[in-house]
This record gives sequence, C-alpha cells and structure tokens, in this order.
Amino acid sequence: MVYENPDGIRIGLEVHVQLNKLKTKLFCGCSTEYHDSEPNTHVCPVCLGLPGSLPVLNEKAVEFAIKVGLALNCNIVEQTQFHRKNYYYPDLPKNFQTTQYDFPIAANGKIIIEGEDGEHIVGITRAHIEEDPARLQHMGTIDRSKGTLINYNRSGMTLIEIVSEPDMRSPKEARRYLEKLRSILDYLGVFDGDLEGAMKADANVSVFWGDRVEVKNISSFKGLERALVYEIMRQKNHIRRGGEIVMETRHFDEARGVTISMRTKEEEHDYRYFPEPDLVPLRVADWVPDVRKTLPELPDAKRERFMEQYGLGETHARALTTEIKVANFFEEVASKVDPKDAAVWVSDILKGELNYRELSINAFTVEDIVAVVGLVTGNKITEQSGVEIIRTVLDDGGKPQDIVEKKGLLKVEDDIVAKAVEEAVAENPEAVADYLGGKEKSLNFIVGKVMQKTKGRADAREAREKVLAKLNE
Amino acid sequence: MITKEEVEHVGWLARIEIDAQESDAYAEKLNSVLGYFGQLDEVDTEGVEPTYHVADIVNVFRKDEVTESMPQEDVLANTEHKQEGNFKTPKIM
Repeated sequence: MVYENPDGIRIGLEVHVQLNKLKTKLFCGCSTEYHDSEPNTHVCPVCLGLPGSLPVLNEKAVEFAIKVGLALNCNIVEQTQFHRKNYYYPDLPKNFQTTQYDFPIAANGKIIIEGEDGEHIVGITRAHIEEDPARLQHMGTIDRSKGTLINYNRSGMTLIEIVSEPDMRSPKEARRYLEKLRSILDYLGVFDGDLEGAMKADANVSVFWGDRVEVKNISSFKGLERALVYEIMRQKNHIRRGGEIVMETRHFDEARGVTISMRTKEEEHDYRYFPEPDLVPLRVADWVPDVRKTLPELPDAKRERFMEQYGLGETHARALTTEIKVANFFEEVASKVDPKDAAVWVSDILKGELNYRELSINAFTVEDIVAVVGLVTGNKITEQSGVEIIRTVLDDGGKPQDIVEKKGLLKVEDDIVAKAVEEAVAENPEAVADYLGGKEKSLNFIVGKVMQKTKGRADAREAREKVLAKLNE
Repeated sequence: MITKEEVEHVGWLARIEIDAQESDAYAEKLNSVLGYFGQLDEVDTEGVEPTYHVADIVNVFRKDEVTESMPQEDVLANTEHKQEGNFKTPKIM
C-alpha cells in the first residue's frame, strides 16, 4: 500500500548533538567532564569571552564532524569558516555564538528510516559545527522567576547541528528518524547519548502544505512524538475554525503535553552574521579519505550482515543492531551458543527484562547469558526457569549455576514426571471423565496438578504431552 | 540608506536604549560609513580571488588535550551577583 499524506503533514528536524566524547571544548582546553562538577569550574577566559582571549579550534572536533557528515552520506565542503551569530542573551557572554553559516562542513546527505510505507529516505540539508551555550536555571517557572542562575561549564562544548529536509510525514516517522540518528552517532563513538543535554531537537511542522511552526527544545523521543501529535492537531483545528497558521516559535511544555507560543522568531538578518575574525578558514577536504577509513560498520550494514551471517529474521536483526553495545554483546554470545538461541535470549528476553528495569546491557554479562542458554538448550532447566534466573541476577545478583542450585530449578527426572502424571490421573477421575467426554479444559486442570506435584520443575509442554498420552492409552 | 527606525531596531537587538536624538545622530554616522562601502563597491575586482581572512593562512588547530580551568572564585571575582557558584541575573525570558 502506498502511504498517503492527505493532510500534507511535513516535519523537518534540527537536531543539536553534543560531541561529548571529545576531551576538551571546541575552542579551549577546558575539560568536557563537567557533569558532576561544581558550577563554573570548567571555564576559562575563552569560554567566558573575556577581553583579549582568543579561541583556538579543536582539531579532533573537526575530525569528528567530518566523521558524522560521512556517516550521514553528506558531501564534505572544500573550504569552510566560522561566523559570529549575534544575539543578546546571557547564555553566551560574548553576545554571539560562533557557528558555521554559508559553508557548513557537511551537506546534502540522507538517512534511511523505517517509514509508514516501508523504507523512507530523509534528506539531510546540512550539518555544521557550533558551540553550546551555558546552562540557565530559572528560579521558579520561567515567566515568574525571581532570577536566573548561570553555569558556564557547558558553554563552549562542541555541537553538531544536523538539519533535515521536511521529509517526515508523521510524528512516528520523526521519532524513527531521531532514533536512527542517535543509533548512528552512538556507533561512531563521538557522543554518549545517555548524558544530559547530549541531544536536543527543534521541530518544524506544517499541515496542508502550509506555513511552518517551530517547536523548540524537545529532549526525548517520547517528547518529540507527543509534541508533534499535539502541534499537528492544534494546527488542523485552528485551520478548520477558519484560522491561519503564522510562522512562530513555540515551546513544548512536557508536563502539560502542549505547545505554547513564545515569540515571533528573529529573522535571519537580525542575527547580523559576519565572519569570525579570530579564527582562520578551514580547508580539510583532503582529510576525508583518512577519516572515511575510521568509519565503523553502521547499523544498516550490520543488520544486513546479521541476517546473512547468523540467519536472523529482520525483526531480531533490527532489534539487535540499534545499539552498538547490544550488537557487540550479541555477537559475543552468538560465538558461544547457537546464534538463533542467542538472538531469542538476548533480544526477546534479556532486553525486555533490562528495559523493564531501565538498565543498559552492561548490567548483564555475556558469561551469564551463555550459562542460562546452555542450561535451557541442554535440557537441564525449563525456559521459565531461565527467565527466572535472569530476573534473579538482575534483582539480587549471583551466578546462574548457584541460583539453579539454591532455588532447586533443575528439571525433574523423566520418571518423576511420569509418576506425577500417573498420580494426577488416578486422583482426578472426574476431570479425566470430563476430558474424555469432550471438555478440553479439563486437560489443563490435570496438567496443573502435575506441575504442582513436581513443584513447577517439570516442563509444562512435556507434562501436557505425557498426560495426553496417558489419557489416550 | 539606514533609517532612524532601523537604528532603533538594531539598538533593541543589542538591548541598548537609544533616544530620538541619538538615533538621528547614529543614522547619519552609519550612513556615512555605508557611503564609504558604496565607494568600495565601485572598485573593479574582476579576477581577484575572494579573501576569507586578513591573514592568508588556513587550518590553525590545537590538540584535544585538557588544560587547567580557572578557580571558581576567580571566575566570579568581578560580580556581586552570584549564588551557589552561579552567576545570577534578573529574570530572563
């Protein structure tokens, strides 16, 4: 079925990604590890814009930016430079942000996402380097605050702003784009998405092919989807009531789930962009071949390989390649047990238990999952016991083998099951008669009795087969 | 031509109060600067490579190596408006 877009929904995203795997900021040697530090302890004259201070560009930041550009299938520009974007706001004490303007380092790329109607290409307009501003903390709500506290530790961190074409046609597609982007950046090793402020999105939304509205500062996947659902509904209702959509900037209030008008946006010429005289131009196109060699296998390629090499289905392959850490974990497990068993246990069971507890894959070891899979496939414990072991390891710690012993999870011997079946059938003549008379449900009752007698250590499926065989004798 | 209104708009962007008298004076001065740019525009630049920077150099970098930051008390030394290690400003929208 061809996906139709009769409401003319167009969504484009501007995503700010903090390259927090760099050791230092973009223009100075201040450390980027400020997350647990006192306010204003990772700053220097350059971050504070003190008179006479001069920015010097971080070479690694440029290399990382090229890496991002190449991973997003962009062209890397021949020559680029920095500009000053002037605005008066205390999150940057210089009163301008150093950014790239007419020649972004990377442009004209694309990302492939799972769209509403199969694979969907989202164009990348540009990706440019700029500095992050400071963190402002409003004392109370933003409109009634007594004052604002400013911490410049974040100021000067390297950001890459990735601007997409308005190619997404639903909030779900926008979310998938953001997830795919995070996955790619995660693979590149240029950022840690778990750190606060690592990724923020502004969304441009329009309906009925009309004017666009910008929704600012969305910081989670769920938040993005909710903000877009709300904003699309708001615009449609407004138009149906005879209103007109005007270009404006809106803020997403996460708590109330609504977007609020903030201001009509400054126009581009209000920023009075001009070339940054303190930084010389960049000519780094000849770095491209070397940087390209450092690109890892990216999610799409890895997914294809998992399907081919391990014979996995698309769903498993996709689930296992979204996060590089999970993909590596799976490959280690798959080298020790049957890859298909590894896929089921890592993707369907372990990941589910981790998600439920909001834990990452680091919370479990390859050794432990291999032990669990070995116990199940070796017919020593039931699948249900395997799941129980994983839960116990996550909640109380311990090693699978010890847990098996402590909880008595080893499967009971065949003859014990056979004996339990004999007893269950002999002790419940009514249920047997009911089953033979056509009441299918009575079978479950007898199987339940067998499980009771074996204290749940019989495999329920096997017990069922044995009861059936006995009844049909 | 720069008008008085444009001077006031730029003043607003920079959060500088400019009164009516000043805006007239600034408009006049800025127009004379623009007049000079107008003269520069007339120069024949056919075949001249564009200059992106006054110094004819490219690619000045530093290594991604940590240097020492300033002590917090030095950072905040020039302000009386501080709280718990932060700069403190009036309410900002």
